Amino acid sequence: MNTKQQDKDLASGKHIPRKNMLEAIRDALDIKLGDDENVVIFGEDAGYFGGVFRATEGLQKKYGKSRVFDTPISELGIIGAAVGMAAYGLRPVPEIQFADYILPAFDQIASEAARLRYRSAGEFTAPITIRAPTGGGIFGGQTHSQSPEALFTHVAGLKTVIPSNPYDAKGLLIAAIEDDDPVIFLEPKRLYNGPFDGHHNRPVTPWSAHETSKVPEGHYTVPLGKAAVTRTGQEVTILSYGTMVHVAKAAAEETGIDAEIIDLRTLLPLDDETIATSVRKTGRCVVVHEATKTSGFGGELIAIVQELCLNYLEAPIERVTGWDTPYPHAQEWDYFPGPDRVGAALKKVMEA
Amino acid sequence: MNTKSLSLHVPEPTTRPGDAPDFSYIDIPNAGSVRRPDIHCDPQAMRDLAFDLIRVMDDEGNAVGSWNIELSNEVLIKGLHDMLKTRIFDERMLMAQRQGKTSIYVQCRGEEAIACAQRAVLEKGDMCFPTYRQQGLLIAQDFPIEAMICQIYSNAKDKLGGRSLPFFYSEKEFGFFSISGNLGTQFMQAVGWAMASAIKGDTRIASGWIGDGATAESDFHAALVFASVYKPPVVMNVVNNQWAISSFQGIAGGSANNFACRGHGYNVPALRVDGNDYLAVYAASQWAVERARSNLGPTLIEWVTYRAAAHSTSDDPTKYRPENDAESWPLGDPIERLKTHLIAKGAWDDARHNAMIDQLKTEVKAAAKEAEKHGTLGKGPVPGAAEMFNHIYKELPPHLRKQRQEAGV
Ligand SMILES: Cc1ncc(C[n+]2csc(CCOP(=O)(O)OP(=O)(O)O)c2C)c(N)n1
Ligand SMILES: [Mg+2]
Repeated sequence: MNTKQQDKDLASGKHIPRKNMLEAIRDALDIKLGDDENVVIFGEDAGYFGGVFRATEGLQKKYGKSRVFDTPISELGIIGAAVGMAAYGLRPVPEIQFADYILPAFDQIASEAARLRYRSAGEFTAPITIRAPTGGGIFGGQTHSQSPEALFTHVAGLKTVIPSNPYDAKGLLIAAIEDDDPVIFLEPKRLYNGPFDGHHNRPVTPWSAHETSKVPEGHYTVPLGKAAVTRTGQEVTILSYGTMVHVAKAAAEETGIDAEIIDLRTLLPLDDETIATSVRKTGRCVVVHEATKTSGFGGELIAIVQELCLNYLEAPIERVTGWDTPYPHAQEWDYFPGPDRVGAALKKVMEA
Repeated sequence: MNTKSLSLHVPEPTTRPGDAPDFSYIDIPNAGSVRRPDIHCDPQAMRDLAFDLIRVMDDEGNAVGSWNIELSNEVLIKGLHDMLKTRIFDERMLMAQRQGKTSIYVQCRGEEAIACAQRAVLEKGDMCFPTYRQQGLLIAQDFPIEAMICQIYSNAKDKLGGRSLPFFYSEKEFGFFSISGNLGTQFMQAVGWAMASAIKGDTRIASGWIGDGATAESDFHAALVFASVYKPPVVMNVVNNQWAISSFQGIAGGSANNFACRGHGYNVPALRVDGNDYLAVYAASQWAVERARSNLGPTLIEWVTYRAAAHSTSDDPTKYRPENDAESWPLGDPIERLKTHLIAKGAWDDARHNAMIDQLKTEVKAAAKEAEKHGTLGKGPVPGAAEMFNHIYKELPPHLRKQRQEAGV
């Protein structure tokens, strides 16, 4: 997938460095710390050590302890502090160590950050970007694997972003930090060091072999609210995001079904236009996410597709998700909706 | 008008990688120097104990002072056995993780005395609400370690069906509450369990556990408020092992003030104890347990110790603290110290010590071999996929029954 910035760089003959997703995220943070002195980064182990996934490695050394620092283990403290700093005029980028551990902060996010603008008629705002690793695939069990995005898309006042590759991760993160509203930025941890198509028994491929690891230097944004068509196809539209974009691609290739794959990138605000254009073209739709099914974001997507495309649909919409269970440890690959399950759904909509 | 510009204070540990270890920030009083108040003592009248450090064993291994409750050789040798077994077990499971038999492992190296000695004071029926670093609570009860290993391996004999992370045991019969991954939650629940025991006019008590880092969570503060209001029978243990992954205890507020003295804000009596001194841990636990059983309410105890190993198998402490930090920890190693004491007493010698180590290594190895017959993570006989649908509800609701069918399991 070539993007405009990549095209420009290629045209100018500029060498584009390869980055994995962690390096791309770190690059975005570095750029924003450098060009906006109101940006501050903090979280559990995020300062000196650079975070348990090392996303902020080296940033404290470069920008000092007032800009990048460790916090006490209190998620509500971290987000509450961010709201206070935002009220002062800063642009905080707190890290929650795992998305699973964001729940103690839920009140500060959903009742405070999300509503500060509304409550004060814009007098106070919360331009906060909350970064948190999300999703499974690393044998993290019940508390290091969950995908809580639907908890946030259900809250008015929040934006929710989930990148699927290094290029987007950098551009979306810069756009999120520059956005004047609170953004939940969920980073699929299984993608940090390489793309993952769900074939857990195969050797890990590095990002360097993937086109999207060409991450231009310097500032660029990927706008919030814009989906990407990562594979064009005629037969069926797959709506997905994060890790599952790669799984969907594998499923399309393995079944030989000519699927159009839409990487939503931002769940809220959602790019209905790209969705509707594609589904009206293909007449079929499969929704894929790793999070649990009931009240998941897939339900919202299906509702939107039927609102916008009902007359174009040639088959009932299929949904492939994690089961409605806590994320199990040993049964990780029975839980994870891999390419076989996505492939089966593709076949089912094609046969309908 | 304020004309001086402000600046943010971010605490720093005394040392970082490359520095020589420096524990000068910890004052270590002589063993035996701290007074032992009566259990009926008003918390107001024992505030000094939150700032002191209860120690029983001196450098020569002699037990001294009013906290020396003169434990029998039999009790002490059992304590030594429990700590050694815990360490040997940890070493074996660390190796098993490296060999891919499980996904992650957490040792309690250097902290063995705390869980082992407190468990020795508790009775059957009491309930502990542990963190992931209190395996000693099970081992000190001679809990069958093969069952622990089966859980760690998520194998066919894992009674939790492979659903939970390794070492997240749940052993109600052994007074061991199901471990959660979310820090701090159990500390408040321990207080709730103790309130229930009081509500029902029971005789049983609870013991809550939390790390220095996790005291920052609201659960810790909520637990102290409830404990101070309802005075339920609970021992509130803060294991201050100086580190929370890469964050030193100052990031949890430990350099502004210690953890024990937080009890005083709530009028909960507090002790600060050398956590590497088995005798001190035993005596202080007994004091708090007696208070709880006498309906005198909660006690907060800060156990001062050191996380001698990495946080977990996913962690590399050389990135954030001096490499030889653990060896320089001024309170020493709990096993070595109890061994020295027993030898000083004439109740132990190197030959017996080494024989005990050999016997425990054989026992742990045999248990691991036996457990392995029932599979290791993802290999051999392992819990089936259907297990993931068990125990979500008492009865599987229709939508999940459908999903289980769809999963083909
Ligand atoms: C609510 C929550 N936030 C963050 C984490 C991630 N985490 C796991 S262990 C740990 C450090 C805990 O340190 P401490 O309480 O001192 O216990 P220790 O590991 O030293 O025994 C952190 C931050 C978590 N498990 N739960
Ligand atoms: Mg700790």
